[in-house]
Amino acid sequence: MENKIAKNPSATDGLSRVDGRLKVTGKAKYSAEYYTKGMVYAVLAGSTITSGSIKSIDTKKAESAPGVISVITYLNAPKVPGYQDTPAGAKGMLRIFYDEKIWFNGQPVAMVLADTFERAQFASGLIDVTYNKTPFETQLTKNLDKGVSPHNAKDYLRGQEEAYKTAAVKIEQEYLVPTNVHNPMELHAIIANWDGDDKVTVYDKTQGVVSTQRNIAQAFKLQPANVQVTAPFVGGAFGAALRTWPHEIAAVMAAKLLKKPVKLVLSRADMFTAVGYRPHTWQKIGLGATADGKLVGISHQATGQTSVYEDFTEGVVNISQLMYACPNVDTKYRLASLNVNTPTPMRGPGEATGAIALECGMDELAHALNIDPIELRLRNYADTDPLSGKPYSSKFLSDAYKMGADAIGWSKRHAQPGIVMENGWLSGYGMASGMFGAYRGAATVIARLLADGTLDVQTAVTDIGPGTGTFMTKVASDVMGIPAGNIRVKIGDSSLPPSPTQGGSAITSTVGSAVNDACVQLKQKLKELSGNVEGGSGGYAQILQQHNLPAVEVTVTSKGGPDMAKYAMFSWSVHFMKVLVHPTTGVVKVDKAVSVADCGTIVSQKTARSQIIGGTIMGTGMGLTEAVVIDHRYGRLVNNDFANYHVPVQADIPQCEALFVNKPDPYINPMGAKGMGEIATIGVAAALANAVFNATGKRVRDLPITPDKLV
Amino acid sequence: MEKEKNHSRPVEESDVKDNSRRDFLKKSALMTAVALTPVAAARAAEMHMDERLAQVFEKMPLHLEINGVAHNLMVEPRSTLLDILREQLDLTGTKKGCDMGQCGACTVHVDGHRVNSCLTLGIMVNGKKVTTIEGLAKGDQLHPMQEAFLKHDGFQCGYCTPGQIMSAVACVREGHANSEHEIREYMSGNICRCGAYPNIVNAIQEVKEGGMAI
Repeated sequence: MENKIAKNPSATDGLSRVDGRLKVTGKAKYSAEYYTKGMVYAVLAGSTITSGSIKSIDTKKAESAPGVISVITYLNAPKVPGYQDTPAGAKGMLRIFYDEKIWFNGQPVAMVLADTFERAQFASGLIDVTYNKTPFETQLTKNLDKGVSPHNAKDYLRGQEEAYKTAAVKIEQEYLVPTNVHNPMELHAIIANWDGDDKVTVYDKTQGVVSTQRNIAQAFKLQPANVQVTAPFVGGAFGAALRTWPHEIAAVMAAKLLKKPVKLVLSRADMFTAVGYRPHTWQKIGLGATADGKLVGISHQATGQTSVYEDFTEGVVNISQLMYACPNVDTKYRLASLNVNTPTPMRGPGEATGAIALECGMDELAHALNIDPIELRLRNYADTDPLSGKPYSSKFLSDAYKMGADAIGWSKRHAQPGIVMENGWLSGYGMASGMFGAYRGAATVIARLLADGTLDVQTAVTDIGPGTGTFMTKVASDVMGIPAGNIRVKIGDSSLPPSPTQGGSAITSTVGSAVNDACVQLKQKLKELSGNVEGGSGGYAQILQQHNLPAVEVTVTSKGGPDMAKYAMFSWSVHFMKVLVHPTTGVVKVDKAVSVADCGTIVSQKTARSQIIGGTIMGTGMGLTEAVVIDHRYGRLVNNDFANYHVPVQADIPQCEALFVNKPDPYINPMGAKGMGEIATIGVAAALANAVFNATGKRVRDLPITPDKLV
Repeated sequence: MEKEKNHSRPVEESDVKDNSRRDFLKKSALMTAVALTPVAAARAAEMHMDERLAQVFEKMPLHLEINGVAHNLMVEPRSTLLDILREQLDLTGTKKGCDMGQCGACTVHVDGHRVNSCLTLGIMVNGKKVTTIEGLAKGDQLHPMQEAFLKHDGFQCGYCTPGQIMSAVACVREGHANSEHEIREYMSGNICRCGAYPNIVNAIQEVKEGGMAI
């Protein structure tokens, strides 16, 4: 075991980001940073009521303010042809400036277009709107009885329902996860510029240029090829840029109307209502076990909030079907429609929420059984997928438990909570596991070798931060034997061959495989040209020069094979936390964090380590500080900024350790690599809650664990 | 977009033209101020006099040095240094993350001190020297803090990075980088949502311990 830890990457091992130089010099251009002559600036104005309709809207003052070119409201907005595709009365994405209806507080009611940002912002405060108010509901916990079963998330039963109740030792508890907001540092932004009536170019914050191209084409009834989407740099997203949001449609609409480029940058306040969030979710978990710790039954119910105009479902309860070998499992998932904007997947979607109930529940059960929490998990370790019965493509979670326990110093943990003091602070340890499906989709990559030995690798995929271009370079370098410095990666452009949207921890597997396969074919082609002589960079260049070829290229589409159906494929993680809790103030300090990922081969060491640590930190926010607060008297968010919605800052975070099992998965793809973006966060908040219990003896089941809940 | 790559559009003092003309006739307050008859006002509007006049009333001269280059600008008093850098001077390395001084993405140096450029009106830095991320490297030679961020992977998406680096340089210069704890405290005004915090601390420590003049 010691050897495995020693083999893990140190903080500076491995290839540095290939686009890092652009990022540290300020030359990396994000979506709001393209200048186009005659740019018009757009600013949104939002509804101040929570439900009802617009009675009147007076834009005269705004229109006569200096520099204002136009004010768009539902009264004068050009028709978006794609909006007619949704039948009347059917649920679906918010249609911006479509009619007088108000579904949630902050819903855009107008967009001011002016020649400068300052002028647009000033005029946005001059719009007079009157409303007809109707009753609204924004409080999930008061509307649990209105939860309905969504068509795509049916109740699940394996064995007997509620079997946990028959067990020798059982726990039954309710958990609340509040609304969390992605809040990437880059504000969502779009620049739209039409060329005639049938072509548009957008610079957009998106996780998928191909899906954005498709969605804009659908909305404006254009040929997809006539919609150019460019996003070479994306300043974080975490799920928030998976969809094409209403404000993006509004900017494209305005640019068409004015026949000028339009730039719309959301404000930080807009980031809480114009794009999605992790939904506030109520959960109830029942766990029962024999006296020696074998699970008898798991019952897991969850009700998440969604908007009144659209259903958003996520796999909150799925983790309880999948994580442990247990003969009796039943899960129920409900949606409660509230006067809020629609949620969207946020890092570790569903599973991160579900892991609070399951993994805190396991900790509660371990305490009730007086069994070590790791030992309880090992006694219920699943060797085959409990849901499908299929063998796993690979699973080394038990190795991960051992590695993490050694690194955090788990042997120093006292089973009895609330008794260890360290320099006047209560001290405690906690752990929790995470899992997420490992996927491989289809992607197409161009690999082109130039006569000077440069290798170009190109595909449409975006990089929201994990280092997509860097691992593509690493894969290409390993296959071709060409140094990373001679490889140029081009991504984030819809005119390049298609790649899926970056999300669901699938891009390393999907795009990495396509890069691998393209490079293998390119190498073969070069080998054939040279009469079967292997060559490195100089050798390849020579082959081209000898044949007087400027370049040799292949375009390869790659996707998963039949093994995908034969095996159950998951990435696994375990998170260990040591916390200190101040006995008087209830302040929780993370003293040490160790996350271990079992996600196959680590392709790019340095960026992989950063991605795991980043997930640990986002999970720390979920556990300790982050919650949207709505004033339910008015249905309005009261903490829509960074001063009041507390994402972790430097002072909250200790040195974090990221460890990797780093054993290849033999079936998923040629690299043996599985995704890690989601498992980096799934289980972190549960580990923190468990550590706080170990430190204090207080079980906080209502996240985040703020000091007031501990004193 | 290639052709626009190097396009900057400084609004210099001598340049009084504006892409879009205001509607002079709507500006009754301005009309009163210059005591024009409606006929004269209409003629003035046709001659683009409205923007010239408005500029006299609404814009102020701003003289400052940015990354060693002198700029003489006309700016609205309400324009922030951040928006002037990004929207008027095409210095987009300085980032907008909140526009309220809560995230640090917009950190620049004014006369050597770190400030949130979103909370700084342009006219407040009249006569001062501003350094942005674009002015940190010496040609192709990166600043040691930029090198350290690369080596220690002090970022993922890169959006908060210019602010982090500007803040980190100031943190060391201020003498606030003497321990991990102190670095965390004095770097807490720069949010990184990707969670590169430990790597940022490592980068700053390396620069501090390297003892180079930064």
